[in-house]
Amino acid sequence: MAMEKTKSKTSKGNYNLKPGDFNTERKPTWCPGCGNYGIWSSLKKTFVKLYLMPHEILIVYGIGCSGNGANFIKTYAFHALHGRALPVATGAKLANHKLNVLITGGDSDGVGIGGNHFMHTCRRNINMTYLLYNNKVYGLTTGQTAPTSDKGFKTKSTPSGVLEKPVNPVLLALASGATYVARGFSGDTSHLSEIIKKAIKHKGFSFIDILQPCVTLNKQNTYDFYREKIYKLDEIKGYDKSDLNEAIKRSMEEEKIPIGIFYQVERPLYEDGLKQIERKPLVDHIITDIDINRLLNNYY
Amino acid sequence: MKVSNLSWKIGGEAGFGILSTGKIFSKIFTKKGYSVIDNNEYSSLIRGGHNTYTTRISSNEIFSTNKNINILVALNEETIRLHQEEVTYGGYIVYDEDDCNIGDFKKARKDINYVMVPFSKIISELGAPKVMVNNVSLGTSVALINYDLEVLKNVIKDIFGRKGSEIVNLNIKSSELGYKYVKEKLKINIYELEIVKPVSKMLVTGNNAVFLGAVRSGCKFYAAYPMTPSPSMLNLFASIEDDYNIVTKQAEDEMAVINMAIGASFAGARAMVATSSGGFSLMNEGISSAAMTETPIVIVLCQRPAPATGLPTWTEQGDMLFAVHSSHGEFLRVVIAPGDPEECFYLTGEAFNIADKYQIPVIIMLDKYLSESHFSYEKFDFKNITVDRGKLLSKSKDIDGKYRRYFNTDDGISPRVVTGIEGGIHIANSDEHNEDGYSEECAHNRKIMVDKRFRKIKKLIEEIPPPKIYGPIDAEITIWSWGSCKGPILEAMNILNQKEKKVNLIHFTYLYPFNSEYIEGIIGENNKNVVVENNKTAQLAKIIMMNTGYRIKNKILKYSGRQFLPEEIISGIEKIE
Repeated sequence: MAMEKTKSKTSKGNYNLKPGDFNTERKPTWCPGCGNYGIWSSLKKTFVKLYLMPHEILIVYGIGCSGNGANFIKTYAFHALHGRALPVATGAKLANHKLNVLITGGDSDGVGIGGNHFMHTCRRNINMTYLLYNNKVYGLTTGQTAPTSDKGFKTKSTPSGVLEKPVNPVLLALASGATYVARGFSGDTSHLSEIIKKAIKHKGFSFIDILQPCVTLNKQNTYDFYREKIYKLDEIKGYDKSDLNEAIKRSMEEEKIPIGIFYQVERPLYEDGLKQIERKPLVDHIITDIDINRLLNNYY
Repeated sequence: MKVSNLSWKIGGEAGFGILSTGKIFSKIFTKKGYSVIDNNEYSSLIRGGHNTYTTRISSNEIFSTNKNINILVALNEETIRLHQEEVTYGGYIVYDEDDCNIGDFKKARKDINYVMVPFSKIISELGAPKVMVNNVSLGTSVALINYDLEVLKNVIKDIFGRKGSEIVNLNIKSSELGYKYVKEKLKINIYELEIVKPVSKMLVTGNNAVFLGAVRSGCKFYAAYPMTPSPSMLNLFASIEDDYNIVTKQAEDEMAVINMAIGASFAGARAMVATSSGGFSLMNEGISSAAMTETPIVIVLCQRPAPATGLPTWTEQGDMLFAVHSSHGEFLRVVIAPGDPEECFYLTGEAFNIADKYQIPVIIMLDKYLSESHFSYEKFDFKNITVDRGKLLSKSKDIDGKYRRYFNTDDGISPRVVTGIEGGIHIANSDEHNEDGYSEECAHNRKIMVDKRFRKIKKLIEEIPPPKIYGPIDAEITIWSWGSCKGPILEAMNILNQKEKKVNLIHFTYLYPFNSEYIEGIIGENNKNVVVENNKTAQLAKIIMMNTGYRIKNKILKYSGRQFLPEEIISGIEKIE
């Protein structure tokens, strides 16, 4: 998503916030070593780099360990129902397109219960950024399988091992028409911050699949597991981010895991097609004495 | 024969323009100041099946259609087979011998006058498509009652104008030929309406009225998933979205619909959604999210027979208890059930104000019968709908000190902010939370927050008007009912109260919160109480029982997928000892 013009008087010159200024009075409750810490600090750093004020940001959270993050970052927040963060964010953004809107959620929020909304939000191309906290397990409910779990993954609900192939969020996003599709790793926060920053600056719907070890409940997809398989797309000479076929091919790799920006193009924003909000955001329209004479006359 | 009252019905297959033909017929009378109520019936298909349209015209005030039809226009034989018994004694059936063999029908009703008009021949001579037989029948109907053909031509122009002059002219020509056939070949006219003051009236459905009320109330975000009988509202919003700056979104499913509307409302825009019974099931968890985050939301529930897919194009009042108890957990909401389009209009205005002031979900219940039947009115005084957004702060300077979104106030209503203003940061949290919105699990806080949310009832109950009483106060029989049953009941009462038995009606437009004290005060122990409901389980009776302990034993219930006819209510009342 592109950054929205701010209403506050702060200019780059006057801006003096630090990442710590985005902390709240609550300390995070995640397990020590949780990937959420990495994403949390990347987000705060990125907001500072982009000169954003806390009140200019709305983050819509799903339910899960990532969702508990609603309590730990100082911005406007909506802690939505499980799987429903994307539509809530969509409604909020359409009501006030000047808001900088981010969405965070876990595997199921994104591609399980929220799968239908994910597909449609990607194709809609509203200027927002969606971070999928992908730890390939259900953390908060203590260890069931997730839609992104590897085949054969043994959990409390699948003691003989998962029978299905995992959902591929990056491939899904590409197939559904998202205009910025990337993957990050919570173990490499400077790379992740860069990707988040570019995602926020991108004019359109940005999606980042963030690989995130769950140190307590997923003993398979660990930091070491990822470090062995990860390679960076921006280290590939001549990688063309506008080539959808290439992006799709890379997203389907199984031996190695690419991180970085798979795909980025610009397409008209959904909200640019709405004349209703051309002059000003929906929330700024005056509604105290709307004249409906014209409408009523249609019924005579 | 001069009449003050006339009922007309047309029937035919889907795809023959029955619904638009009927609407045109209704309109030609409101144009000249008559009272009109109409009703349409159609199946869940695009072609074939059986569609009907019934229009009742009167020079007096009327409240519903009734069973008996004066003129039945049959575009196919099926129509005669299904509806002949509704034709009044000495009434008329207009038919085309090429499509209908009336031999057997004539034997069953020797009193009916069968008027043969060669619709098909007229159309084929004109070289027009077969579907335009409906226009011929319109012209025929106008001639039979000696009404003004010019009015018909003007209404046809209004309604079909956007299809281009060629289509309009063909429509007009077909109706002229139908008119001429009666005037020149048959040389009859059978009824003639009393003249009334020719002041044009509005013709609106319940869906039209809710839509108008919502636009006037400043609804800026409307989301929907098409589910009969609510889609017409989506079409209406979409048609004016640019002119009135309303974002209209057809979303991927009902969960997206309700959650988008909640997001828009959270951001500060008035938001509304509409659906039918099954869609309401899907939206239920969203309602709890609105309740917990104290986000205002207006939900229009256009009921239809259920469970499951049920009867998509028919009517029922089966979801009252569902709406009153919707979603998991305990929380306040308001449930409104307008009785006619006029109430739909004004009560929609109330719904938005209540939702904003109390920061709760408000559910407006219609049903297919109310959603899609037309009623005539002189006008809607839209200035009577005013906008009250309650404790909504839209500027930073209005925030006093540290902002606490869920501050535990005396009246339970905390100040809300437009998202994005400086100083108003908070978490709208679907978890139980403290006054700042942080997730909070401790016992002490939980009790405080539940009590806070429920404390709103003290002020809220004062805003809920009591049910209206219609008819004589000293009636021996009291009907208790809600929503769209109002019309057929009032119609029945008009007739009953001319006989010996006196009947009155206590009509609920607000179903929840329930003012038990007031209701206990008016339940007459001496007279006979009866509920009239369009459902199987007498849900109003259940609600009254739950809240007052009083059991209403007499019940007049209809659950065939059709709305009440006044005649059915009369016979039900007469059966009461």
